[in-house]
Amino acid sequence: MISATFAYVRPGSVDEAVSALADAGEDAKVLAGGQSLTPLLRLRLAYPDALVDVGRIDELREIRDEGDAVRIGAMATHHQVLRDPLVNEHLPLIAQATATVADPAVRHRGTFGGSLAHADPAGDLPAVALALDAVLVARSVRGEREIPAADFFVDWMTSALEPDELLTAIRVPKLGPGWGSHYWKFHRTAQAWAIVGVACAVRRERGAIEDARVALTNMGPRPVRARAVERFIEGRSVSEDAFRSAGAHAAEGTEPPGDLHGSPEYRTHLAKVLTTRALTAAAAV
Amino acid sequence: MPPIRVEVDGATYEDDVEPRLLLVHYLRDRLGKVGTPVGCDTGNCGACTVLMDGLSVKSCSVLAVQADGHDVTTVEGLGAGGAEHPMQRAFHEEHALQCGYCTPGMIMASIDLLRENADPSEAEIRDGLEGNLCRCTGYQNIVRAVRRAAGEMRRPAEERATAEEREATP
Ligand SMILES: Cc1cc2nc3c(=O)[nH]c(=O)nc-3n(C[C@H](O)[C@H](O)[C@H](O)COP(=O)(O)OP(=O)(O)OC[C@H]3O[C@@H](n4cnc5c(N)ncnc54)[C@H](O)[C@@H]3O)c2cc1C
Ligand code: FES
Ligand code: FES
Repeated sequence: MISATFAYVRPGSVDEAVSALADAGEDAKVLAGGQSLTPLLRLRLAYPDALVDVGRIDELREIRDEGDAVRIGAMATHHQVLRDPLVNEHLPLIAQATATVADPAVRHRGTFGGSLAHADPAGDLPAVALALDAVLVARSVRGEREIPAADFFVDWMTSALEPDELLTAIRVPKLGPGWGSHYWKFHRTAQAWAIVGVACAVRRERGAIEDARVALTNMGPRPVRARAVERFIEGRSVSEDAFRSAGAHAAEGTEPPGDLHGSPEYRTHLAKVLTTRALTAAAAV
Repeated sequence: MPPIRVEVDGATYEDDVEPRLLLVHYLRDRLGKVGTPVGCDTGNCGACTVLMDGLSVKSCSVLAVQADGHDVTTVEGLGAGGAEHPMQRAFHEEHALQCGYCTPGMIMASIDLLRENADPSEAEIRDGLEGNLCRCTGYQNIVRAVRRAAGEMRRPAEERATAEEREATP
């Protein structure tokens, strides 16, 4: 299908972009990599009056070291993130999950920020951002604000961004020594979305798990932190048994959807099994 | 309508386009480059894959206005002076197509794959082509063709030229 008509603006700077968003009103949308938005336009599931294409604002693509955090520009492409030395050194969980997103051609255009702003609960990166306690930086003509990942994913495909706000960067605290991480994605075919995914980071000290952060993909209308798993495993000695018992708590407080890829019961089962596997893999530091 | 200027297969085009026009429709309907087909409506099948500044993209998921100022290569721009690109020749020789619908996208994605990895294993080829669906071949011969092209493209140019000369002499 051909999409409905819309106006198109291509600002050259962040300031121009936020003014364009303010001028365009409620029914404007940011165009990032377009890998989710273009199909939605074509299926006429989205009817924006205007698109603000931020694809030419180079500063939004920067990935830089901020001491105890890595700041990833919202427009850094999946392709760029995957190969970035800072991401690979300090946040291998992001690189590992990004490698499972779609396929090379989609990764050449799709962006880290776009994946988060899109807030698709089946997307792989929202759960990763949640597990890593990322902070999302948003700008509008009204100023800049920082939104913790825990407050960013509001509902199905709905983020905390206001219509006039541009996500500019994501600040992700580095995982220091002793941390291990793993993203376990379960999908039926190559290039498919996760039926369930588990993002997990743990800090091991003297044979025990001192810190654990676990977040789930596609176990509800938004990504969820598996707090019960974290509480269970923290302070315990590393063992197969401990990970299995921890995994058994994975579905607590979730609202898994039922669709043609699996029933809520099946997803509940997957969450438990995959959490056990992800913990085991992450702890193998 | 916004003006765009794009380089496609070595020629520069300047046009005014509607913002909603997709790159694939610009290529096919405005430039007549029908070598790039459309297979799906959702960015899934990869039939429409072209290179933008050397990187593979699905041209059904790029607006023509987004291609403004960029360099696009379609399957029609491969090969110099009528000669086939080694990837095209390998697809031909390994019988890597049946209906041919996926082939232009498959060839462009394969060229992109070799840009990053000159000597991919079978598993790496399957992984690198995960965004391109083929409903006919079962992929075996496609993998073989990419392996063959990779070998071909790693050979130094002079050696390749001599081999081609030899093949051309009756
Ligand atoms: C075939 C296919 C398979 C895929 N498989 C997966 C998968 O397995 N896992 C996965 O996680 N993803 C998958 N994706 C989605 C992919 O990751 C997209 O890159 C991503 O969802 C959107 O990023 P984008 O930059 O293309 O955003 P766009 O499509 O440009 O935008 C998406 C939405 O976010 C908003 N937005 C984007 N950037 C900003 C910003 N800076 N500020 C404010 N709002 C913004 C837009 O207005 C729009 O509403 C797939 C996509 C395709 C086409
Ligand atoms: S037509 Fe572009 S991916 Fe299918
Ligand atoms: S040859 Fe027919 S789809 Fe690939």
